[in-house]
Amino acid sequence: MTGIIIQQIFNALTIGAIYAMIALGYTMVYGVLRLINFVHGDLFMLGAYVALAGFVLLAPGGGLVWALAAALIAIAVFMVVGGVGVAIERTAYKPLRNSNRLAPMLSSLGLSLALQTAVQITMGPQPIAFQSLFPAIPLDFLGARITTVQIGIVVAALLLMVGLKLFIARSRLGVVVRAVSENRRTAQLLGVDVDKAISTIFFIGPGLGALGGVLFASYYGVMMPTMGIIIGLKAFTAAILGGIGSITGAVVGGFLLAFFEVFGTAMLPILTNGWLGTEYRDIFAFLMLILVLLFRPAGLFGEQTSEESMVMKRDF
Amino acid sequence: MAGPSTDGARAPGSTAESAPENAMVRNALRAGLLLVVITLVLVPFQSTYAVRVADSILIYVLLGIGLNIVVGYTGLLDLGFVAFYAVGAYTYALLASPQLGLHLPFLVILPIAVILGGLAGILLGFPVLRLRGDYLAIVTLGFGEIIRVLINNADTVTNGPRGVMRIDRIDVAGFTISRPIDFYWLLLVTVAIVAVIAFRLEKSILGKGWAAIREDQDAARGIGIDTTKAKLAAFAISAMIGSLAGVIFAAFQRFVSPESFSLQESILIVLIIVIGGVGNILGVFVGATVLLLLPEILRDYAELRMLLLGLLMAVLIVLRPQGLVPRSFGPDRLLAALRRR
Repeated sequence: MTGIIIQQIFNALTIGAIYAMIALGYTMVYGVLRLINFVHGDLFMLGAYVALAGFVLLAPGGGLVWALAAALIAIAVFMVVGGVGVAIERTAYKPLRNSNRLAPMLSSLGLSLALQTAVQITMGPQPIAFQSLFPAIPLDFLGARITTVQIGIVVAALLLMVGLKLFIARSRLGVVVRAVSENRRTAQLLGVDVDKAISTIFFIGPGLGALGGVLFASYYGVMMPTMGIIIGLKAFTAAILGGIGSITGAVVGGFLLAFFEVFGTAMLPILTNGWLGTEYRDIFAFLMLILVLLFRPAGLFGEQTSEESMVMKRDF
Repeated sequence: MAGPSTDGARAPGSTAESAPENAMVRNALRAGLLLVVITLVLVPFQSTYAVRVADSILIYVLLGIGLNIVVGYTGLLDLGFVAFYAVGAYTYALLASPQLGLHLPFLVILPIAVILGGLAGILLGFPVLRLRGDYLAIVTLGFGEIIRVLINNADTVTNGPRGVMRIDRIDVAGFTISRPIDFYWLLLVTVAIVAVIAFRLEKSILGKGWAAIREDQDAARGIGIDTTKAKLAAFAISAMIGSLAGVIFAAFQRFVSPESFSLQESILIVLIIVIGGVGNILGVFVGATVLLLLPEILRDYAELRMLLLGLLMAVLIVLRPQGLVPRSFGPDRLLAALRRR
């Protein structure tokens, strides 16, 4: 029994780390632009496909060469998808910055559809096997069966998140980003380059999300063009749960959602006597989303903003 | 239905009779209307394929009019509208197919489905009364997904992802509605009735309450509008129309599966009203026609069409965020143009 519980904890940690990486992109964009960036889930998917292309291109052997190639591919994924993110912001969101709130959201929905289809056309709609970024060695830990892949995912995600935190807290560009997300108008009046901050966010967010996609594909061993939809929604839930706009919140929210989901799904058949099975897993995230929005819309780490500041612009 | 409309008062943003209408605009409107009528009359003489396309456009017009009540009139973004569409479709599918062995007549199921749809609307509306903007959007999106997952997994009742097959034809007083052309007339009449109801609602006291909520909810409450009731009414009425569209869809396709009620579908309906012009019934017609004809025109490009559609969506929004037909070009302007000499 303890073995199962420990194993579930590890599963939740692995998925939580991936959710957290994606949630960061949502939360940073929302913090600055008050926009639900629907393309983010598809950029996550794109990351996995770019990594696959990298592996096919480099075809690395084993051992050290493999590790080097994996690191190179990770950097390439970050750069490529980050670049796509910036390009999307420039073309699809920037012209709509002064329009109503709904317009950029809808253009992001359009792009999401376009990106999914583009990948579907080039790579086919079927799931494709993905070779893990980390070597898969099964380990026995207090009766739980875990793999080195899981450990690799959690460690990689934590390192990246600490890196982001340091970047935001210490670097000069990080200060710019914080100023703009605190109050865009005031920052602009004080001479802060708002466009630079937004570009930075649209580079880092999708970059991290894309690496999340690589980790996700490493964990499950498969990927498909539509995988971004549901994972994106869950990551967004995680961002709201932690308090949208808060970087710490996104990370905590990601792990919390994963624990809730993993343990909730495991308990479901037991609680309902087998009547509701594990196939209801996806409902957990949405249920949690609705509950959080109803009872604590600011999330765990979010500021308790008044409704007025929430609705700076008309919806339509 | 709420009280009758008074002539002079208008929803904010509509400039109908106050705008000096010049003869050219008037004539253009008349010519446009004539063109539409001619097209509608000519559709039945086209191929079955064309009539089927017209049918699906009309179903989406119906859905658009329904969603427009929440999104356009009341200003609440609902991304889970497809849930109500599913409620209607599955109500008809389950009560008139071999799936559960029930074969109730259409005229019995119709009110049941519409009432169930209304209840679902209130069920969704009640918890989200306090939410606005994108938070509301994301919760409604979650609601839509939950309904879809439920349908997908409740195998014993809904047959899960395999869907419900061999749904009965509509049989009303000896008339069987089965060919696309029959559905065309049925849909045309339904759309006309629903459009008139929606238009009258917009101009009613209730509709003015919706407009007030859309423009400024706190001020609306301040002048004594019961925002709770008005919002619930919007959700319920819109859901009823969605459910009605679902019933017709189920009878038209004679097959329903959870796949027809995906998130993409909700988004498509939102896009129809946004690209057409939010809060404008005429816009719904334009939006549905554009968004459903485009994939048909692009059919030759097979796979590329969804890609093009997605890109086009983004481009249209970037270039014309207010939609193809602005709110000020509402049905009242058309009526005014027809009335004057």
